[in-house]
Amino acid sequence: MSKNSNLKVFLNGFINENPTFVLILGMCPTLATTSSAINGLSMGLATTFVLLGSNLVISLLKNIIPDNVRIPAYVVVIATFVSVVEMSMQAYLPALYDSLGIFIPLIVVNCIVLGRAEAFAAKNTVLKSSLDGLGMGLGFSMALTMLGTIREILGTGKAFGLTLFPDKYGMLIFVLAPGAFIALGYLIAVMSKLKKA
Amino acid sequence: MAQLESSFKNMVLVLSGIALFAAGTLASMYEFTKAPIAASKVAKQQNAIKEVLPAFDHLGEPVKIADGNENMVVHKAFDAKNEFVGAAVETSSNNGFAGKIVIMVGFDKEGNIFNYSVLEQKETPGLGTKMVDWFKTNKGNQSIIGKNPAIANLTVSKDGGEVDAITASTISSRAFLFSVRNAYHAFVSNKDEVVASANDTIQIN
Repeated sequence: MSKNSNLKVFLNGFINENPTFVLILGMCPTLATTSSAINGLSMGLATTFVLLGSNLVISLLKNIIPDNVRIPAYVVVIATFVSVVEMSMQAYLPALYDSLGIFIPLIVVNCIVLGRAEAFAAKNTVLKSSLDGLGMGLGFSMALTMLGTIREILGTGKAFGLTLFPDKYGMLIFVLAPGAFIALGYLIAVMSKLKKA
Repeated sequence: MAQLESSFKNMVLVLSGIALFAAGTLASMYEFTKAPIAASKVAKQQNAIKEVLPAFDHLGEPVKIADGNENMVVHKAFDAKNEFVGAAVETSSNNGFAGKIVIMVGFDKEGNIFNYSVLEQKETPGLGTKMVDWFKTNKGNQSIIGKNPAIANLTVSKDGGEVDAITASTISSRAFLFSVRNAYHAFVSNKDEVVASANDTIQIN
């Protein structure tokens, strides 16, 4: 039974409580970094790492953090993980660091991370919190990759950098911000339809 | 273990503890990644120099020029016989659509543009970011390769020049060409020095 509920916690992040399509959290990086599939995927994976780390540490520390200072404590933990990601990316994946740029430090204020820390990790065991962080993060990565792929195909005729049709037939609007809103809106609609079915 | 009470002492202790631990982690991470970060920056610069210059054997000592608020660096290249083959100029512009644009422009010994490379830019994806290839693509009047800024008017056609701007990105194109012209000025103003540091004298048109 407990194995089942762990699995449920893990899968929650993909469909039922997908941070992008259902909770509608973390819209800033969602809209800004998904101009291509690979950017969306790497942003999602960076966030996954932070979510997993912060959920793990916060659920470990939940009893020794006094209630009144829990938010500042969580933010320090999250910011530490984000800085670690930023520095390692700058050192080992400089090309990716260039394309994601300012959005990496902004993971600190991504409401998914703080939201899961407050709503889940502060109340659950270490194992469940880690699973929740991993599930939420992968769900977020999945959503960003879908959005990035759709925008890249419609906007430039490519998917993950592979040309599907010539650039000149691409609709520029999907590379820019308005296209992100349009694509996201349709994706949310499709996802909630699928969820009901 | 029950939740710690929110007393003043507990709050101060826990927060300081967490902050200290975070500081320690970050400091060691910084030390750990310092060398790779510096190395990747140098590698990027060296690759850019190789990309924008004709084949060369070794580089001269970089010359730094501070022109107003623009910092330019001239990297001179020599062949195996120590003859001057060209120079790569690193220059930047703050007039882009979003943030700073840093480019490396390579000139051959006559002052013709050999190639260029964009080191840093935050222009609009799909529009201004096209500068990475646009001005190398031989289509219409968009390429600047092989042109000599002393003869050719390297401004966008909207400003009376002879280069086609990137579609829907005139601002990015202007900033880019401004940097190219700046790089040429740096190249020319260092001409004497360039010549002096090579063994043979070089004719510059």
